[in-house]
Amino acid sequence: VQRSPLIPEMATQEVQLNETLAHLKTESETLKSKLEEERAKLHDVELHQVAEKVEGLGQFVMKTRRTLKGHGNKVLCMDWCKDKRRIVSSSQDGKVIVWDAFTTNKEHAVTMPCTWVMACAYAPSGCAVACGGLDNKCSVYPLSLDKNENLAAKKKSVAMHTNYLSACSFTNSDMQILTSSGDGTCALWDVESGQLLQSFHGHAADVLCLDLAPSETGNTFVSGGCDKKANVWDMRSGQCIQSFETHESDINSVRYYPSGDAFASGSDDATCRLYDLRADREVAIYSKESIIFGVSSVDFSLSGRLLFGGYNDYTINVWDVLKGTRVSILFGHENRVSTLRVSPDGTAFSTGSWDHTLRVCDDCYFFIGIKYNQNLCTFNFTPCAPDKPPLSLTATHLPKYSNLKKHIYRST
Amino acid sequence: MSSSVLLSQHPAPNPTHTTRRLYIFFSHSKNTAKMSGSNLVAMKKVVQQLRFEASINRVKVSQAAADLQQFCMQNALQDPLLTGVSSSTNPFRPQKVCSFL
Repeated sequence: VQRSPLIPEMATQEVQLNETLAHLKTESETLKSKLEEERAKLHDVELHQVAEKVEGLGQFVMKTRRTLKGHGNKVLCMDWCKDKRRIVSSSQDGKVIVWDAFTTNKEHAVTMPCTWVMACAYAPSGCAVACGGLDNKCSVYPLSLDKNENLAAKKKSVAMHTNYLSACSFTNSDMQILTSSGDGTCALWDVESGQLLQSFHGHAADVLCLDLAPSETGNTFVSGGCDKKANVWDMRSGQCIQSFETHESDINSVRYYPSGDAFASGSDDATCRLYDLRADREVAIYSKESIIFGVSSVDFSLSGRLLFGGYNDYTINVWDVLKGTRVSILFGHENRVSTLRVSPDGTAFSTGSWDHTLRVCDDCYFFIGIKYNQNLCTFNFTPCAPDKPPLSLTATHLPKYSNLKKHIYRST
Repeated sequence: MSSSVLLSQHPAPNPTHTTRRLYIFFSHSKNTAKMSGSNLVAMKKVVQQLRFEASINRVKVSQAAADLQQFCMQNALQDPLLTGVSSSTNPFRPQKVCSFL
């Protein structure tokens, strides 16, 4: 066997390969700039300019309706059941709990064999939950009506990655699960057999989040990663169809706009961004100089007009998607908000936090104005639903913004 | 021995694995030509992907933005977290204040 690379034929081969490599590098640079050019050509206006004539929303306040207590450590992930009332949540302490959000009762609890259960999802039928984390797996637990039955006994290991599981989601049936992992890949699995149906390669670092396109718009999903990229994938072929790289740090959360034509992302760079798939570019940034902490999770209201973002500074910022302005800050959690989901019927949203609790917020009050009476200051809100009473909060002196948040917190 | 035959005598590593396990494998071959070869394959993939992405049809942002806005407006009344914005229930109409201290 020839060992020396200095034989003439091999040297020639090497030179040829290097030339081809250089050729390809040039072509890739040319294509990248062509891509930028094409995208820029169609950038004729900003989203908020198009939305100038749209009626503004004003400021409003939401109330925490339920606080779910029971986790022994940081809540990392949560998902709603399609019945709009049950929630599954997972925690750093290895516990996965299914709650009835109306009554705050815990219906099921499972202890995973690992800590840091970073991902959990409810099956569309409501009959099972999937979860995983540092065990590098995604496991499915069928939910039993029998409270005494040990759920762990029926556990099914479905997905196997070579690094932590960061997110999972059932597709539109209980039969398939989509996962993303710290190993840089996403994968589609058959639940019954555990077989890998498709894998998705393209991220250059950990994939942190994924979201499936609304079922009407076809078989695609979007993923976000530590490589600052958001990729849109064709589920059948495994191909990356579109890629967006405008964030300046890890993308922690991605969520499709309800029409399926766009998606939002939240990142450690303290911004949320909106990417339109048909224009193939970023069309809005939701940020403020005063917001310096990363976004952990994002979700849209039913019409797509509101974008909720959970932040590492313990707050939830609510953005007017069209105008690009913030319409509300919500307080209440005592540590960073790690997960946020709007309920399936859009009537409420739930947040999970490192403060070990989950909160369910609904109702909406619009801020009308402030009335001063000697040294009393009253903030007045009118409710959205006509059958709810108006809300009024009074302080004994003109509160600073930070004091206002304590008042809102106490009213719940 | 010609170099092309030499290349074919270094098959790709094939670690044993179960069908359920995902893995990333690296070429450990010390053959420099082979290493350039796998770089070539990777580079070809990158160029192929870029060609694909460059070829998709795009619409103008004005069109895309108008569609996003239209979707919002059409569904605004069915959005429970937003209800009350429509002009029929003006939230800035003066309301009775019940203050509790």
